[in-house]
Amino acid sequence: MTENGIWNWEHAWEVLPDLLEGLVVTIEATVVGMAIASILGLFIALAMRSPSRWVTIPLRFVVDFIRMTPLLVQLVFVWLLFSTIPTLVVGFTVLGVHYATYMSEVYRAGIEAVPKGQWEAATALNLPKSRTWRAVILPQAVRNTLPGLGNYAISMFKETPFLFAISVVEMYTKAQQYGALTFSYIEPLTLVGLLFLLVSYPTSLLVRRMEIRLA
Amino acid sequence: MSDFLQTLTSRLPSLGDAILVTLELTLGGAVLAMALALLLGFGARTRSLWVRGPSRVFIEFFRGTSLVVQIFWIFYVLPVFGFKMEALAVGIVALGLNFGAYGAEVVRGSVASVPASQWEATIALNMSWFHRVRRVIFPQAWALMIPMLTNLLIQLLKGSALAYYITLHDVNFWTTQLRRATSETVYSFTAGLLVYFVIAYLLTWGMNALEERAKRRLGRGTRPSLRDVVGLRPAVGTAAITGRGTAA
Repeated sequence: MTENGIWNWEHAWEVLPDLLEGLVVTIEATVVGMAIASILGLFIALAMRSPSRWVTIPLRFVVDFIRMTPLLVQLVFVWLLFSTIPTLVVGFTVLGVHYATYMSEVYRAGIEAVPKGQWEAATALNLPKSRTWRAVILPQAVRNTLPGLGNYAISMFKETPFLFAISVVEMYTKAQQYGALTFSYIEPLTLVGLLFLLVSYPTSLLVRRMEIRLA
Repeated sequence: MSDFLQTLTSRLPSLGDAILVTLELTLGGAVLAMALALLLGFGARTRSLWVRGPSRVFIEFFRGTSLVVQIFWIFYVLPVFGFKMEALAVGIVALGLNFGAYGAEVVRGSVASVPASQWEATIALNMSWFHRVRRVIFPQAWALMIPMLTNLLIQLLKGSALAYYITLHDVNFWTTQLRRATSETVYSFTAGLLVYFVIAYLLTWGMNALEERAKRRLGRGTRPSLRDVVGLRPAVGTAAITGRGTAA
């Protein structure tokens, strides 16, 4: 504590550039993670439609297992397991795979929401299966999934601080480092919280607008 | 592998303690979150700006700032202001505040989806506000909100793994200790993750039972209740024809 009270503006200004640097990593993690999640999620959703139980039952178990266990523990696990792979890659991949299990549900709902008549029309036109998916079903399904994708992007953004556990230097780790160095946690931690709010709240408003417009 | 199993069995008693800590965090956080969710969820629906405004600010604030930041803020920064809490209390409060804000949106949304005619009917019957909500609105909203609350509960359980970083000896801590003792990364973490998975599975199961019960009380049950199956009283009315559970 200093003579000018609990909050020290000097500390705040000093740490802010570091935090913004961390914010870039945080946003990078969200973008890369979400890219992995949306692609892998789609493949999981498609594989879950397979008629063979030998595919769906093990896949269901793996997906449930990943979804119902803590991201934090998964991160540390994979990080310790593959110590030769760069930390950043491990962090982004685990984030992506974890959220892919959520995204697969979003895709499943999106695909199921495509009216049955569309399938029947594709059959009537004798479209091959791949063409039916690419030209008829997926374009409509993906439109249904956009709000879900946006919501999960926001929640992933807020979960990136878990990366501190594997020492990826994102925004929260920067704050923690500054706090450990100067013994003043109040300014960096408060600023990190505010920065999260500053990015996530406007984004969530945008997603809500998109939800209303697409509905 | 046999070495690992030996160490694992010797550490089973401490696993019990670890599960207890994780459950305390999860259930304590859930109870606090639910209380907050009800308060804020109904608060965000009132006409008065003096209630609605603060409720909305509170909800958006705790949804918008990350759980990780909140838990460490309460742990590291709040003592500076003179609020020193035990680590377990910090965990429960942080989880409760964060998921209370998420839950408030679920409560608000579910209450809003109860048909307006239900409100109108209660007004026509001259029920008091509390009576309306308790007897008519909430039972219907409750059946709607349980699936979403289940998701939040599982996320809360997963978030509780953070407790290890505020010095608590939860399942996450137990896992890392097991790994340190055996230096078997794969086995240790598989064991730890399985523990979380089983807890999550049981919680989901319980919540599904709650949902079934809530639906049955509205006469919308999809399975016969245990009492219908075991009981001697024959099922009557539509239940016997459609094979659906009767309204309790």
